[in-house]
Amino acid sequence: MSDYTTELGSLDDYRKGGVHIINDDPRNYVFSNVFEVAGKSAPFERVCVAKNLEYAIEIMRVEGASPWFTAGHDEFALCLDGRIEVELMKHGGDAPEGDGAHALDAEPDGPRMGRIRAGRGHLTLLPAQAAYRFSAEAPSVVLFQTIDGPLTIERWAEICQTGEE
Amino acid sequence: MSAQTAQAAYSASDPDNYTGYRTFQIGGFGFRRDEYFAYVTWPDGSHLMPVDAFLRALVREVAWNFFYGTLNFDDVFGTTNLYGQVELYIGRFNDAYRDNDRDYSETIDSDDLRATFQAMLDDWTNAGYDPFTAPQETAQPFGRKSGRNPEALGRVRVTAKRMVGLPDDAPLRTDESGYPVNRMFADVEQDEPEVEIEPGFENEVQSFNLFAYLSRSDVTWNPSVCSVVKDSLFCPTSEEFILPVEHGNDRVEWFIQLSDEIVWEVKDKHSGDPRAVVTMRAGDVACMPADIRHQGFSPKRSMLLVWENASPAIPEMIAKGEAPIVPVRF
Repeated sequence: MSDYTTELGSLDDYRKGGVHIINDDPRNYVFSNVFEVAGKSAPFERVCVAKNLEYAIEIMRVEGASPWFTAGHDEFALCLDGRIEVELMKHGGDAPEGDGAHALDAEPDGPRMGRIRAGRGHLTLLPAQAAYRFSAEAPSVVLFQTIDGPLTIERWAEICQTGEE
Repeated sequence: MSAQTAQAAYSASDPDNYTGYRTFQIGGFGFRRDEYFAYVTWPDGSHLMPVDAFLRALVREVAWNFFYGTLNFDDVFGTTNLYGQVELYIGRFNDAYRDNDRDYSETIDSDDLRATFQAMLDDWTNAGYDPFTAPQETAQPFGRKSGRNPEALGRVRVTAKRMVGLPDDAPLRTDESGYPVNRMFADVEQDEPEVEIEPGFENEVQSFNLFAYLSRSDVTWNPSVCSVVKDSLFCPTSEEFILPVEHGNDRVEWFIQLSDEIVWEVKDKHSGDPRAVVTMRAGDVACMPADIRHQGFSPKRSMLLVWENASPAIPEMIAKGEAPIVPVRF
């Protein structure tokens, strides 16, 4: 039995930290919590929690079955809570214009690439030009390593610390 | 202020008759150690710091190849990465030194300085001492010279080309490959995802347990590249005790706390004046602006996702003053 307990957050159980200001503006730290963000998001919204020039980290609450997505570049999905299933198909249509994830209007018509059942802490490659969708029986949380795109939602003032807490 | 450009490679003395350690020189800077302290000398002075703190900082300088921006060993001595060259300084980011013209710096070719630091590490690191690990996991670095530890110093930082675990990319960590689960992560689930791959897509369909991978890390405060989206690098790392340097950013850097807690002391990059204390717990996300220095304190071993933008355009943006200080305004 371990002498130590590793604290991992979840939608139902997290202890948010914060910024204690001495001489600065708390907004400079763009401080948020992924479980709080996911808890207040609609399923399958891609809410940006971190941005560095064109690159983005997005948080998605997965609940039920998602639409199909695709991107012209690799993306990665890190499951932070719950259990998810990821279906991967080759995207048979034209590559999406511009970076970031795009929603597909119809079922992909390319060949099946594979399927992944992932739990907390599992990191999954979403390869360029693949179509993918998520499903989860219970609310789950996924963090995306991606690029700012048409589905990226920025609501910084709602999710970030703006004063002393 | 005095600033020089050094062209010469380093020199090393014969071992000291009493301590057994060599003294190193590159440009106008000299480096010496005794049983407890490391001494940095320059034409006008000398500065000392505890040798354990010095070695922990030095080993990461080499592993990170001077990283992004400034690495303050303490409030006097450090380096600034100029990407191809490195500024080695005394008091450069200390108001008192700068205001009284007591600061000093030299710009040295990165490869030459890295070779100097590697030779210094090799000579000054005794058998049994591993500056990459947490203090509870290693022997003491003090005393007279007693053997070497090339295995600890010879670690290669993980830099996945696309993703850890893919064919022909950085491998996963296992007991068999010499990476047992760390004592503080014994409760971390070691299950792996179920992965079904259709024939022909073996290089495209991949998933692995990142938390289990991090639970098997044998180093602290040493971010390794695990997944890559163009210039966007996910660099998760396991942290315990203290980040051995105050990292002065030259670009925006992001942290996502994956487990446990780290407290970050944030100071003004130039003066060292305190600006904020950021407490991060599992699930927290925070940016480190490009005009600060920060040092992390992790009471229990924790998992931290460091997110970097490695775009080669950024050094030029920094040089022109065009790199953003904060990533978003709201």
